[in-house]
Amino acid sequence: MRGGNRFLAAAVLVLIAALALTHTVQNEYFFFAGYVVLQFVVLATAWNILGGYAGYVNFGSGAFFAVGAYTAVALIKALDAPLIVQVIAAFLLSGLLGFGVGALTLRLRGIFFSIATVAVAVICETAVINWRFVGGSRGLAILQPAAPLWFESYTRFLFVVMALIAIFSVALARYIQISWIGRGLRAIRDDEDAAECAGVPTLKLKLAAATLSGALMGAAGAPFPLYMSFIEPTSVFSLNYAVSALAMPIIGGTSSWVGPVIGAVLLASVQQIVTVTISSELNVLVVGVLLVAFVVAAPQGILGLAERLIRSRGVARGALGARDNGIGDRS
Amino acid sequence: MTPELLIEAVVAGILLGSFYAAVSIGLSIAFGLLDVPHIAHPAFLVLGAYGAYLLGQHGLDPLLAGAALTPLFFLGGVGVYRFYHAAFERHGSDKGLRGLAFFFGVAFIVEVGLIRVFGVDQRMVEAPYIGKSLALGSMRLPLRMLVPFAVALALTIALSLYLSRTFAGRAIKAVAQDQTALALMGADPVRVKQWAFGIATATCAVAGALLIILGPVEPGLGRLYIGRTFCVAVLAGLGSLPGTLAAGLILGIAESVVLTSFGASWAPAVAFGILLLVLAVRPAGLFGR
Repeated sequence: MRGGNRFLAAAVLVLIAALALTHTVQNEYFFFAGYVVLQFVVLATAWNILGGYAGYVNFGSGAFFAVGAYTAVALIKALDAPLIVQVIAAFLLSGLLGFGVGALTLRLRGIFFSIATVAVAVICETAVINWRFVGGSRGLAILQPAAPLWFESYTRFLFVVMALIAIFSVALARYIQISWIGRGLRAIRDDEDAAECAGVPTLKLKLAAATLSGALMGAAGAPFPLYMSFIEPTSVFSLNYAVSALAMPIIGGTSSWVGPVIGAVLLASVQQIVTVTISSELNVLVVGVLLVAFVVAAPQGILGLAERLIRSRGVARGALGARDNGIGDRS
Repeated sequence: MTPELLIEAVVAGILLGSFYAAVSIGLSIAFGLLDVPHIAHPAFLVLGAYGAYLLGQHGLDPLLAGAALTPLFFLGGVGVYRFYHAAFERHGSDKGLRGLAFFFGVAFIVEVGLIRVFGVDQRMVEAPYIGKSLALGSMRLPLRMLVPFAVALALTIALSLYLSRTFAGRAIKAVAQDQTALALMGADPVRVKQWAFGIATATCAVAGALLIILGPVEPGLGRLYIGRTFCVAVLAGLGSLPGTLAAGLILGIAESVVLTSFGASWAPAVAFGILLLVLAVRPAGLFGR
């Protein structure tokens, strides 16, 4: 499998690049911003596993992200657990949540799943606000440990951790896409009844996708408390995560694992720049407007636009060639 | 919890419940009857509330302001539906995902737009009946809850009658049942649907005015009402207007009882809890077909 090898090589290269950056770039802000961009790569990729491949829209990405973050907080407070344990626990717990929501609503039409995810977001937020142990509505300050060996600061270390999670997510999404699971999910998206009749185990596949999607979102949230060194419900449950996690794949293109990555890197970078230079409110507005514009005008996203461009060029060249031949024949 | 407290909670719940029916009735039409995934309905509701606020600044009574805004909202609704139809419904493919994402984006734009214009501060209106209350035995019923109760009840009943008794109303019900049959009878389903969506949006003007009479409003309020409105619409059984009233009352009473026994911070989760329960146990709702 040449494509697989090439993907592996690219993944290793990205990881090496991330490590190299932590030793060459001096500006600390670069890692603050880079961490957020990578975090959105994970969220967008995770959203796309269920939303893009199977067509089930998750509006509650913020909830899965927050469950991951608060799992980490609880583990830090109760056991002083290391980061790797936090990430794995967040992965498992958010996966369980994804499975639960899926089991409740994935038998119904797609919109009910979407509404249920909004419900889960509000219920989780209410629960966290009322949960004193993790800070309740007032929030909780968390001490960043000393930077591990090899790293100048803890933020740089977290940047590399998030790069690892991002690579893992993209690899998983890519595997799902090219395996029989992805074929089944696409069949569900195109016509669920037909897929069921053709023997596709629709409910099992949807549940698997919901579980993995939720788990990855949780993993993205786990390092967040240490990154911010402070946590409170409003910012973790912010609608911005839900909108971005959905807008990025749709803008990038939902049909392939590349789409969410393109969308996330592009949009999150723009967001970082707009937040710093203009205002943070404007940046959410930009995401909303772009989302609506793409959904209406370019449903295949940037990937679709690029494909169309390449194809139309190819067709144009072909047509030109044919005309040349025709002229040649006549003379 | 003492019996008096419980009775008080239930009475408050009934007042609140009728209001919940009024805010959900547009969704019952748009989502229940027309099958449009109208996530932006609560955002329009908040828009209606801000409309009442804006006219209230010029001394207009919020209820009158709501009524005055209905034609504008009706036209807006017709416009939104035409756009939605042209962009998604006509082609049919992949409409679920794209339609949802579209309305989600619209709701988000409305919210952020309101934040940019009005800021995140809470806004309220003034009217002679806000702040006064009616004493009923030992119970005090604030007029700012009684007025929405009465108006909401009138609105819900009027719309139920409109749908079941008038020709246009029955046409809307017919388009919900079988669009092709309607087309075969020589009626244009798209025109019927855009009329219905206009009415659904127009209710947001009145219900929005009630929203701001009931209490202060801020741009992010719409998100909370996604749960409440969909809870009521689904619990009612999609498209049933009498069901909407019953479901609104159930939600109102449940929320009010939870509020008095567990505290205000748990109240937002009630609607979503009921919604999840209904989806899991009886997705057809109370009065579903």
